[in-house]
Amino acid sequence: MAKATLPEIGNQPKSSKMNLLQAINSGLDIAMATDQRVLCLGEDIGQFGGVFRATSNLQEKYGRDRCFNTPLTEQGIAGFAIGLAAQGSVPVAEIQFADYIFPAFDQIVNEAAKFRYRSGDEFNCGGLTIRTPYGGGIDGGLYHSQSPEAYFCHTPGLKVVIPRNAYQAKGLLLSAIRDPDPVIFFEPKAIYRASVGQVPEGDYEIPLEVAEVVQPGTDITLLGWGAQMVQIIKAAELAAAEGISCEVIDLRSLLPWDRDCVAESVTKTGRLLISHEAPRTGGYAGEIAASIQQHCFLSLEAPISRVTGLDTPFPLIHEKHYLPDYLKIFESIIATCNY
Amino acid sequence: MKIAPNVSPAKRAPDFQDGSSIKIPSLQILNQDGSIVAGATVPDLSRDQAQKIYSDMLYTRMLDERMQGAQRQGRLSFYLTCTGEEAAVAGTIAAFQPQDMVMAQYREQVALRYRGFTTAQFMNQLFSNGQDLGKGRQMPVHYGCRELNMMTISSPLATQIPQAAGYAYGQKLKGKDACTLCYFGEGAASEGDFHAGLNMAAVHKSPVVFVVRNNGYAISTPCCEQFASDGIAPRGLGYGIKAIRVDGNDILAVYAASLEARRIATQEQRPVLVETMSYRLGAHSTSDDPSGYRSKEEEQEWRDKDPIQRMKNWLITQRWWDEESDTELQKSYRTEILAELKLAEQRDKPPLRDIITDVYKTVPSHLLEQFQELEAHIAKYPDRYSA
Repeated sequence: MAKATLPEIGNQPKSSKMNLLQAINSGLDIAMATDQRVLCLGEDIGQFGGVFRATSNLQEKYGRDRCFNTPLTEQGIAGFAIGLAAQGSVPVAEIQFADYIFPAFDQIVNEAAKFRYRSGDEFNCGGLTIRTPYGGGIDGGLYHSQSPEAYFCHTPGLKVVIPRNAYQAKGLLLSAIRDPDPVIFFEPKAIYRASVGQVPEGDYEIPLEVAEVVQPGTDITLLGWGAQMVQIIKAAELAAAEGISCEVIDLRSLLPWDRDCVAESVTKTGRLLISHEAPRTGGYAGEIAASIQQHCFLSLEAPISRVTGLDTPFPLIHEKHYLPDYLKIFESIIATCNY
Repeated sequence: MKIAPNVSPAKRAPDFQDGSSIKIPSLQILNQDGSIVAGATVPDLSRDQAQKIYSDMLYTRMLDERMQGAQRQGRLSFYLTCTGEEAAVAGTIAAFQPQDMVMAQYREQVALRYRGFTTAQFMNQLFSNGQDLGKGRQMPVHYGCRELNMMTISSPLATQIPQAAGYAYGQKLKGKDACTLCYFGEGAASEGDFHAGLNMAAVHKSPVVFVVRNNGYAISTPCCEQFASDGIAPRGLGYGIKAIRVDGNDILAVYAASLEARRIATQEQRPVLVETMSYRLGAHSTSDDPSGYRSKEEEQEWRDKDPIQRMKNWLITQRWWDEESDTELQKSYRTEILAELKLAEQRDKPPLRDIITDVYKTVPSHLLEQFQELEAHIAKYPDRYSA
């Protein structure tokens, strides 16, 4: 079950209002300040601070050797970062949009993920973290909207993490950077500025591989990650007005994932709905559903529901129709509870 | 399999080559004031074609200004200008034939204009309406038109480069008098696909002309942080491809180099690389603000080398153009663009069913099911999903 979320008040006397981008920036700043081995690289991340400004002021503060622009080559960025990590550095590489991560797929899937295993732990690139903004909702069309997490969740050796808000982003990012294995850290760009909350100014970590029960409930478990949590929580509010009590879980770490937390919840509620923006077929909800039906078969009172994007490329003009929004989730809650 | 013998002259001591002995010069024919550089050869360019090239450049400038404004007014989500690089694109496309395939990056709207893409077609794409050839699926500026042999733009960078090598190889196999014209920027030339594409084009002798628009910036990254080499042209030599560098703001130089590039590609059946040296006068896109990474002085320096002004100066020197005609033309373009903008804005959006078509040639049953679920859901909440 979820634990270790809010830091002790005594340990974190200062917090301030930050949006998700500022929280990422603060996390990177602390990671670089507390460990000389940490460095940031990627396209436009230097003096400019990245196209979303996640790396603002880092070059100014830590110098060009530790925060620098790279040539425009994702495979180069990933391979270079793997080399750095193998040598003992702690690189945090930015891929400008998750839609552009695919030239780096070979380096990530065949190299980073298998570095430790293939060498019998003679070598590893565990210091590697790859940050990349993902998801729709910004009029981005086919190539500025995708949610490619399932491709990476199909790769043993990687860890995959997606935060849902500013506070989570900073704590999870610090854990990801300090984790001894390579981590792909997807950032929900649709809520980069919209997600605002109190975030400790200091150092804190949120453990990987641990889900969080965001809201307890008794009738159905709603599971998601990243920006989709906004839609899920909204749907849970609508359902509450109909007298349905939803237990809402943020998976946070997709690989490895906290099956026990989800299974415990589903055993209690008897129903599960999983929602993600990515297309349905081969989406990560399928893996979760298969695993949960195996572990909770006798507790289930309805088929596990998936509310996802369509099995199409991500469209521009019909984005609103494509997205699995709170109304689609709400309808699916009703259908699942009335099954 | 014959392996080429090593014919390099023998050395008796380690002597590393650093490439400094190879200097790639830049072709320039036209001075900024419209006069011809001493000793330069002016390419054969008729009055009609010169006026067409100039008009299309001017049109593109007007289009870019208007659409950037429309984006700021919130009328469209995104836009991206060609400003400053009109000659690099117009001078290349003008040297090619309608049967030649064009695979562009995303900053080459003047090439579409030259081929006959209409104002209505531009607007329909930009406003993602039901008459957009791309069915409203892609972000603004991702144009494409089969009839004009303009391959639809894809956002991922450099992916068109190996595709152009393959497309051109197909043209060669069919024995057609046709080649492929492939555009990309100096930033995209860092992608793996650039290296793969150039090497394959060279090995398989594809009739493709690669045009790299070296405009100084990849979003915020200046070319000095993009490569340590002398630009992109020398890379062509490394792959066994003939390369030329031209002043990209000099319409005559670009046109002269492009005529010869097409001749080499089609007659010698081999790839060519053309590097146009220019400057991205505008922001990368409407999502970008260059004041954070470059100076106004630097921008002014390049504004003074405006390629459209330079061509106009030459046309006037030739007595092929005058200020009065220029003012008239600008006025008529502005009127046409605004009128088409208003029409396109009001046209119906593509039908919802377009969301599931063209994923495959025929819609598979699972997708049809998902669409029926979607329709039922929307019927329940019509207000929420209306445009």
